[in-house]
Amino acid sequence: MKEIQSSMAGTVFQILVGEGDSVSKGQTVLVLESMKMEIPVDSEQDGTVKELKVAIGDFVNEGDVLAVLA
Amino acid sequence: MNNQTENQSRFEEITQSIKKGGHDKYHEKQAAAGKLFVRKRLELLLDEGSLQEDGLFANQTAGDLPADGVVTGTGKIDGRPVCFMANDSTVKAGSWGARTVEKIIRIQETAEKLMIPLLYLVDSAGARITDQLDMFPNRRGAGRIFHNQVRLSGSIPQICLLFGPSAAGGAYIPAFCDIVIMVDGNASMYLGSPRMAEKVIGEKVSLEEMGGARMHCSVSGCGDILAANEEEAIKLAQDYLRYVPSNFKSAVPVLEKINPSSEKKLSELIPQNQNAPFNMYDAIETIVDGESFFEIKGLFAPELITGFGRMDGRPIGIIANQPKVKGGVLFVDSADKGAKFIQLCDAFDIPLLFLADVPGFMIGTKVERAGIIRHGAKLIAAMSSATVPKISVVVRKAYGAGLYAMSGPAFEPDCCLALPTAQIAVMGPEAAVNAVYSNKIQAIEDPKERIAYVQTKHQEYKEEIDLYKLASELIIDDIVEPDKLRNELIKRFDYYSTKKIAPAPKKRSVNPV
Repeated sequence: MKEIQSSMAGTVFQILVGEGDSVSKGQTVLVLESMKMEIPVDSEQDGTVKELKVAIGDFVNEGDVLAVLA
Repeated sequence: MNNQTENQSRFEEITQSIKKGGHDKYHEKQAAAGKLFVRKRLELLLDEGSLQEDGLFANQTAGDLPADGVVTGTGKIDGRPVCFMANDSTVKAGSWGARTVEKIIRIQETAEKLMIPLLYLVDSAGARITDQLDMFPNRRGAGRIFHNQVRLSGSIPQICLLFGPSAAGGAYIPAFCDIVIMVDGNASMYLGSPRMAEKVIGEKVSLEEMGGARMHCSVSGCGDILAANEEEAIKLAQDYLRYVPSNFKSAVPVLEKINPSSEKKLSELIPQNQNAPFNMYDAIETIVDGESFFEIKGLFAPELITGFGRMDGRPIGIIANQPKVKGGVLFVDSADKGAKFIQLCDAFDIPLLFLADVPGFMIGTKVERAGIIRHGAKLIAAMSSATVPKISVVVRKAYGAGLYAMSGPAFEPDCCLALPTAQIAVMGPEAAVNAVYSNKIQAIEDPKERIAYVQTKHQEYKEEIDLYKLASELIIDDIVEPDKLRNELIKRFDYYSTKKIAPAPKKRSVNPV
């Protein structure tokens, strides 16, 4: 299973993909807000979004799984 | 056959046999793994015909240990003399016996006397346990290699090219070098092998996962540059030497000036929105000479960029926040990365350019437990104690201790410059207004009124930290148009090149670690 993890602690600010969407390596899948900055989170691989683990406004810690790719 | 020809043929036979290295099967095994024979590596590394070897006949009487598994000597790179030691992994897997260690110690002593760079071409399984009494605990045992490395540090460049394993004690050779170039897939560093890990602590893990080149260059930070193959690693080492002097007293190499390769304008690269990400690499390309940026630790803690560049042909060290990664916020690893690079530049008189676009050091439980304050202190101590010319440029923002870490005005940069878009403050407007007026904001019931109040406060705050106000107070030394930044930096670095600061009258600092 391929996971997209949070690169740092912050709040989910935007979600740019939906479940079932295909994503490619390097594509920004969501944006966190942390330290008053927008932090893009990119997919490290190609795949299809199987599950989104977070909603806008959620606090996530570094390393938390944000989405699961199939 | 007369005596003379007999002597000659004996000499030739022995010499040739030593130069062949270990058994054919080990050569084949190496080649299959994409590894070159040690003498081929040296041929690629050094100027043609420049190699002068020492101790070729070491342990010759043993018969099966040609050169005792290590080639040492002196040669030239770009016409500049260097010393080298290079493990021969076709000889008992490049393991260290008594004479191996003695040869390494001697070449270190030679490099010290000649005050020239020392390259370590490492590919070794570690100590020969059968020889341990002769090479492990004694005064001129393996420990002396590391002792010498520490002593040599900062006086001559020490460069490690890691082609294969550097195991157990041997793993400290790269650890004490200024820079470690690792070959992807073949290089590894570890104290205990996966086999030992399984026996001693019960962990099942692969070598690549536990101590592979990619892991060390991106996670542990023990590696500085990941090379795709041996030829690339050798080219990188040669290129690295074009930025550093032969020793701490000699002049840095100056190359021909090349205009920046980027056709973009810095003014067009910087986004209007302070909080939006932008790519600092693009900004660097508009500032340094074309094709001159040489990145160090590019895969490790990428929220901070460190590397050499040239301005008007002269080497500089760049420390730049990368807003595109983690917002450019400083973390534990980025602080370490910056600290080591600053020490390297300061040791060899390479001027420092700080490009600040930093919201501050990361906060939260995770980083506090990891000792963000202690690690941040390392970065600040390294920057603060560096006496080379230092220029700090606030590109977009420098908030909180981020301003300090990026050589803010209090840390005696030779000048602190700002682009017209820059903001310098304890924190950004949003955070500051929240911190100061949180209770008042909450008390306003009408949402519209609340937003209006917050906006007024934002505006007041922005006026308070207005850049021209800071310049008027002489906090920053100049406001620079982005597209004129390169020229101004070239001029300033030229003027600062005669800077001299006497060392503080004390034995040493007690540095945070």
